[in-house]
Amino acid sequence: MSLRALMHTALAASLLLFALAAGAAEVIRFGYLELNKDARYDERKAFFRTLSRPFGPPYAGAEVALREARFVGQALGVSFDLVRACGADAPALVAELDKLHAEGVRYFLIDAPGKVVAEVAAATRGRALLLFNVSAPDDALRQAQCQAHLYHTLPNHGMQTDAIAQFLVFKKWRNVLLLQGPLDDDKLIGAAFENSARRLGLKIVAKKDFVLSNDPRQRELGNVGLLTAGADYDVVFVADSDGEFARSVPYDTVLPRPVVGAEGLVAEAWHWAWPRHGAPQLTSRFEKQAKRHMGSADWAAWIAVKSVVEAVVRTGNAPFDNLVAYLGGEDITIDGFKGNRLYFRDWDRQLRQPLLIATHNAVIERAPIAGFLHQTNNMDTLGFDRRDSQCKP
Amino acid sequence: MTRLKTLGCALATTLMLGLPASAALAKDTGYIFVSSENDNAVTVLDGKSFQVVKAIPTGERPRDMKLSADREQIFVIASNSERVDVIDIAKLEVVRSIDVGEDPEMFDFSKDGSKIFVSNEEDAAVSVVDVAGNTVTAQVEVGEEPEGVLVSKDGNRLYVTSEVANMVHVIDTATNEILANVVVGNRPRRFADTPDGSEVWVTNELGASVTVLDAKNNTIKETISFEPKGFRSDDVTPVGITMTRDGKTAYVTLGRANHFAVVDVASRQIKDYVLVGNRAWGVTLSRDESMLVVVNGLSDDISLVDTKTNKVLRSVPVGRVPHTAVIDD
Repeated sequence: MSLRALMHTALAASLLLFALAAGAAEVIRFGYLELNKDARYDERKAFFRTLSRPFGPPYAGAEVALREARFVGQALGVSFDLVRACGADAPALVAELDKLHAEGVRYFLIDAPGKVVAEVAAATRGRALLLFNVSAPDDALRQAQCQAHLYHTLPNHGMQTDAIAQFLVFKKWRNVLLLQGPLDDDKLIGAAFENSARRLGLKIVAKKDFVLSNDPRQRELGNVGLLTAGADYDVVFVADSDGEFARSVPYDTVLPRPVVGAEGLVAEAWHWAWPRHGAPQLTSRFEKQAKRHMGSADWAAWIAVKSVVEAVVRTGNAPFDNLVAYLGGEDITIDGFKGNRLYFRDWDRQLRQPLLIATHNAVIERAPIAGFLHQTNNMDTLGFDRRDSQCKP
Repeated sequence: MTRLKTLGCALATTLMLGLPASAALAKDTGYIFVSSENDNAVTVLDGKSFQVVKAIPTGERPRDMKLSADREQIFVIASNSERVDVIDIAKLEVVRSIDVGEDPEMFDFSKDGSKIFVSNEEDAAVSVVDVAGNTVTAQVEVGEEPEGVLVSKDGNRLYVTSEVANMVHVIDTATNEILANVVVGNRPRRFADTPDGSEVWVTNELGASVTVLDAKNNTIKETISFEPKGFRSDDVTPVGITMTRDGKTAYVTLGRANHFAVVDVASRQIKDYVLVGNRAWGVTLSRDESMLVVVNGLSDDISLVDTKTNKVLRSVPVGRVPHTAVIDD
């Protein structure tokens, strides 16, 4: 028998086994909430593949995690399932959530922009369910808009800018030119970076607004040469959530200086080129599933499912409240393939994690960078520490 | 000058011709073999001078290695070439290759040496390979990212870790069927077993511990935690493990903590923590157990340790990203 035939036979046999097991087993279902149309995944925008845009919707990340859970579920006599639900806006997603909740679904991944996540979280507070934010990096969701049942597996802007700022301090590139775009999200990223710079002692030598324009009347705002002339600086930080402007900044600066933030060098939850801690195997499983590279939101969806699976396994599928206490507690070991044991911050339910500081095709460093220490966990040097938290759900 | 060159050439030829003649003496060369993941080679060190004797070219990304039962060959996994290369110790070269399925990482021999069991990291499977026939005769589906592979002393059981499912799979070597799935610590990696086969030890990379399994009932007997001074638990990542033949002492490498632990098997007490190189994973005892070789993956060297005093005698540079050491002493 050929190897391939043999493998098919083995697969068929094991599928049969799962089917039998599934008959008796409890099924733990995940709901995946997403918008009918999400501009962040617009293929026409995504074609130029900037470092600040996702490769595609992160649903495949959840699928990979579900597949990984087969064996351990089998040993426990449970099986896991994933249901995809779409809506036009936050109220529509809440309606979908209500339907699934009535059917017994307790764990939801929400893949939507920050405003929608905030609305859905506010509308469902106090209910016996968990919402995992897998694609909104907004700081406000971890601060004023936080909710007791809203967990974040994607790093927030503050974690990303702290990671970049640590890297700049480590390299002694202390003088920064900040270029900030006109979009709301650009301003959030710019503000997060200014905060990181203040915390870590970087000097912002100039902050300039940019616009995407060829209009000669706006050339001071649209021309990279003019924007990067004047004061000297060690590095340019571009706050550009859209990415189209940022991609033209490297090599177009007046001075020969590196570019970070939205292009050149970015801080991400995941990068397909990360070679350690089993990462190539995960990336390869993901690529087989999604037929594209794996990015940060994909990782965030994957780890959200994995977190629940880990809690189910270690608590022996305890009742919801006990399971949530374990999931959000200090004893859980969540394996994110980044070398550290991960677990959620109890003050805002953000998953503490290392960030990968990467170019288009290489991971240059991992933050927290050696030497940036914290009294309890060095990963808490990234983002909102307990004392910075304004989260009062 | 020309004459000298010619002479040198002639000398080299004689040496080359001399090799096959000395084949009978090639056993117990004292050589230390170290696989280097990023060099596609196995580095051979002299056992006394610790100078590099040769770098043997292998398939891509050589990782786990073991001596054959007759100690005349070394089997080495070449992960990215999806095969096992067989090195003839007398010739110091690869004499044949065995295809073993996608992304193999670690392996062990069946008791009679006729088969090898290989973990296929990307396939979530263990391949059963007929060594003489050069064929994969069966594949057993296991949890994602299988790594550590151990055949029990009596040859009846095969233990495999799944790094993702956090499990040890216990497989019947006669039927290739899974007998038990035991949930252990997080990211379980590699094995050692006691000489009587009653206990199987498995390292948990996340969780800074070793799980001791009762091999009879396939249940967890005990968990041993490692807390070297000055390290937070999250920075202690046990991976490699080996045990003395008398089953009294276990050595566990602690990865990112750059130490290995010396454990008294009976009392579970940790007797010592010893500083070695960067990301210590592989660990091997010499035949007389007087020396321990620790492989430091991220400082591209090995540490040679005196097991009487638990002192590092010296560290020796080897290839890029060394994985496993085998001593032919």
